[in-house]
Amino acid sequence: MTTAPTGAPERRDTSTGSANRPARRGRRPMTAGRRANRAGLAFVSPTFVVVLVVVILPIAWTVLLAFQHAKLVDIQGMGLFGNWTLDNFTQVFGSAGFWQSLTTTLLYTAGGTFGSVILGLIAALALRKPFKGRGLLRAAMLLPYVAPVVAVAFVWEVALSPQYGVVNDWGRRLFGWDDPIAFLSTREYEVGLLGVHFEIPLALLTVIAFECWRYFPFAFLFILARLQAVPDGLEEAALVDGATPTQRFRHILLPQLMPVLALLCVLRFIMTFNKFDDVYLLTGGGAGTDVAAVRVYDFLTARYDVGAAAAQALVLAVSLMILLGFYFKFFANKVQEES
Amino acid sequence: MTRAQFEDRLFGVLRWVVIAFLAVITLLPFYYMLLLSLKPIDALLLDPGSLWVSTKDFTLSTYRDVLRSTDAGGQGFLKFLLNSALVSLGTVALTLLAAVPGAYAISRLKFFGHRQVSALFLAVYLFPATLLAVPLFVIFAKLHLSSSLVGLAIVYVAQTVPVSIYMLKNYLVTIPYTIEEAAALDGCSRLQTVRKVILPLALPSLMATGLYVFMIAWNEFLFALLFLAADPDKWTVSLGLAQLSNGVEVPKTVLMAGSVVLTIPVVLLFFAAERLLTEGLTSGADKS
Repeated sequence: MTTAPTGAPERRDTSTGSANRPARRGRRPMTAGRRANRAGLAFVSPTFVVVLVVVILPIAWTVLLAFQHAKLVDIQGMGLFGNWTLDNFTQVFGSAGFWQSLTTTLLYTAGGTFGSVILGLIAALALRKPFKGRGLLRAAMLLPYVAPVVAVAFVWEVALSPQYGVVNDWGRRLFGWDDPIAFLSTREYEVGLLGVHFEIPLALLTVIAFECWRYFPFAFLFILARLQAVPDGLEEAALVDGATPTQRFRHILLPQLMPVLALLCVLRFIMTFNKFDDVYLLTGGGAGTDVAAVRVYDFLTARYDVGAAAAQALVLAVSLMILLGFYFKFFANKVQEES
Repeated sequence: MTRAQFEDRLFGVLRWVVIAFLAVITLLPFYYMLLLSLKPIDALLLDPGSLWVSTKDFTLSTYRDVLRSTDAGGQGFLKFLLNSALVSLGTVALTLLAAVPGAYAISRLKFFGHRQVSALFLAVYLFPATLLAVPLFVIFAKLHLSSSLVGLAIVYVAQTVPVSIYMLKNYLVTIPYTIEEAAALDGCSRLQTVRKVILPLALPSLMATGLYVFMIAWNEFLFALLFLAADPDKWTVSLGLAQLSNGVEVPKTVLMAGSVVLTIPVVLLFFAAERLLTEGLTSGADKS
């Protein structure tokens, strides 16, 4: 399947190659523009075919499946069309915990996005000026991002475990915790601060912390690259004018960084919104961390209900697009004006 | 003390606090992983808070357990490693084959619709992997590809082609067009130009892209879980580790050794080519 399209450009290109020479039999030679057009189409078509077959067609089919009665067992005999229904959507919207799960997804996404971008910004500012061991630390800081998610999630799971985890052991020794805290399976944890008791969604906060930890290197990389391209003269001028570090950051660096920060927020938001493995591996979607992507997986594997899974995935994608639409309508221009 | 002096001093101190904090949060978890993989489970249960391993407890038997095949009483990670390597290398080869012509066309040739095509390729990431998972799961079940490594590699290609095109394109636009014109004047056809001039020049970018794709394929978990969960012979390392960590039969320290085994190839590759990779990923980010 993949060898066929890669063979395609060679065959086609020899034909464009021969067209390079003055045409025989009195045909007018092709203009450079037309030749580039042809070669371009020939070169892009294998890639386009691959993307079409493995990405676009499956997505289109998901949309169709979302409007059909489709269980995995009877999908074998089913045609592409037929059995139109809206049941999947009533099931998705009506099912217990749908809105709850959407709220959780939003909280998780917002927390993970802003947390990782802000941590990445702080890291980039701290590592901006050279110091001894900076190169080493810079490389080490990318570890959470490049290491396999299964391995790091397992390390967090063990470290946070109430029975044999290092965190609870040190917590009891240093902070005098009475009972070990089950970070990954506590839905509401009661905290007393200055005599006021309130509850925090502990498991959700833990997965958000994991998300920030795992993805701040990504933000760090991009922000550091942009930071090093800021011309020195700007800051020197501000320094001569007596601007303090915070003023220099606010009025010189931040405007320069704004486009890359905005881009990172959008990228991270999209990625986190669709994130499945982190939450699934840490909590399995329990204890108030049932993000929408995990629900799609549950529909698919626990109930073999393809239609409902497709509908849920579609609702997820559409909500993401609505959010992005809002962003580009109201904020994208503003950021560009500021920069 | 003026405000500027105060701030200078404050941030001078804060900077080192931040640096120390970052070093701790990034290195400690990996140190902890390595540490637990080197001690027997009893030592962990006895003193969960210890941050070193005594010579008395030090053991490498965890690694033997995790790597040995299941017939010999181990966890069979050697087999999983082989599976992972096959899938990842296959994905890298297929992705580059599919992405290079497209990236070249988008970066160089003004063909009908070249703007739309490059936007289309990136728009693919708007759709969640879970959205792709449903139809691919069904199609592969139909084609009986659902528990095969080939099927998995094809899915990974779908995940990595768009970002590869993007990374390659960013590099290709920096190669001066005049080089190609010179090659054309010397009588190279378009394809010869690509093979003999552009590809050698783009080698750093090809390697960076290949590495990134390898990392994605090696670390991937969702599709491996969907397609291969029922067939332990085909498990990748990630899947094997996740499946075994759900149970209680295998001691956590043995699985920690599995995590180390899973992490080491990616980290080694990454450090070997860190500069290449970070530049490949962020090229374009320093221009506003």
